[in-house]
Amino acid sequence: METTVIAIGTKKGLWLATSTDRQNWTLSQPHHLMSEIPSIGIDTRGGRTRILVGMMDWHWGPTVVYSDDLGSTWSEPEQGAIKFAESDETALGRIWQLQPDSEDRPGVVWAGCEPISVWKSTDGGQHFELNRGLWDHPHRSEWGAGFGGAAAHTVIPHPVDDTVHVAMSTGGVYRSIDGGQSWEPRNKGISAYFMPDPNPEFGQCVHKIARDSENPERLYAQNHHGVYRSDDGAETWESIADGLPADFGFVMLSHPRRGGTAWVIPLKADGERIPPDARLAVHRTDDAGATWTRLDNGLPSSEYNAVLRDAAGVDTAEPVGVYFGTRGGTVYASADEGQTFTEVAAHLPDVLCVRAAVVVGATAPVPSP
Amino acid sequence: MSAVTVLIPTLLRPLVEDRSAVEVPVDAPATVSAVLDALSEGRPVLARRIRDETGALRRYVNVYVDGEDVRRVDGLATSVTPGSEVMIIQSVAGG
Repeated sequence: METTVIAIGTKKGLWLATSTDRQNWTLSQPHHLMSEIPSIGIDTRGGRTRILVGMMDWHWGPTVVYSDDLGSTWSEPEQGAIKFAESDETALGRIWQLQPDSEDRPGVVWAGCEPISVWKSTDGGQHFELNRGLWDHPHRSEWGAGFGGAAAHTVIPHPVDDTVHVAMSTGGVYRSIDGGQSWEPRNKGISAYFMPDPNPEFGQCVHKIARDSENPERLYAQNHHGVYRSDDGAETWESIADGLPADFGFVMLSHPRRGGTAWVIPLKADGERIPPDARLAVHRTDDAGATWTRLDNGLPSSEYNAVLRDAAGVDTAEPVGVYFGTRGGTVYASADEGQTFTEVAAHLPDVLCVRAAVVVGATAPVPSP
Repeated sequence: MSAVTVLIPTLLRPLVEDRSAVEVPVDAPATVSAVLDALSEGRPVLARRIRDETGALRRYVNVYVDGEDVRRVDGLATSVTPGSEVMIIQSVAGG
């Protein structure tokens, strides 16, 4: 029997939900209570389920911890997995993204952090090296801070070649084609209506990007107003917002196997960050953004809470599971690609990050409630 | 070589063998920085909880020397004399 785990990072701790049918979920006690959990990576490569967590304690600072036994025990690298060198004269603020690389690159995990920086681990997340190419980028002084801080919040390595895409707020999308040695902004076609030049080379406030699973040159972007697709590795972007009730939002998910399928969770506007008409819905496209289908079966008829950029994820089961949590602390799961949702948890602190995976390898028994 | 007493807040006690106070040997005259260095010797996780990688005291961590907030004195350069009591305490933060 397969077990699926949802890792739910909130403003005040981490919860794990497990299920063998993706309908009935068992919620754990809180882990790391009172620490913010803005980033989670579930690494199922190599026959092992490792849950990597980027924690932020307001007193004691940020750190990476991980568990190889579904949260029964946690390990923290003694020297700190992510830290700047003394000569960098800055300190890690927050870990926004922990992204395991492909099966072909075992042990490689990427991190996106605040201040705006990208890091790479080759030992499964125990130690990360700062990407100097992006850190020393001449644009750095012109990058800004979104409301949540200045961070590289998305890192998506290409499954085959040495391309890596990074999204930062605010700065936009940057691409490296040499494994991270050098980086160029790739925002052509993406508007930055809040800047004097609405079509700058960089400076866009991209909220999330995702890569198409069948065509790695195809990317999807949810921006600070604007939903876009690129078919040429981010060289150019075109709007795919037609058919959505709003072009604002934070979430962008792509299907792990099927090309052309992606999910967004629209919010009404920058100035009105609630679901349009307070009606929470996920929208899915199966044709790369040409059309969108509204999915709200099982979701509440009235909801005023937003869904943040990393508070949504997919698993790799068939059909794919879609999961998300709100700032009101409710978490929803769909075992059928969004057709129907069930409530996994409610009344948690603000949900910051949701990741899900089918558990592999020997793990501890499913944690009891 | 003499010693100062460092009082450890509850949340950090697991990192010092569950002790509430640790005697730290220091060369007089010492500074808060030197006391924290000595306290952190062999305790890298504790070191990171109190100071960030630039060596700065974390924003919401306070250190008092004999009842004086070091931020109101000379920060981490505040002098510590043998027999002093150094208190590490978390300040008000969070929501």
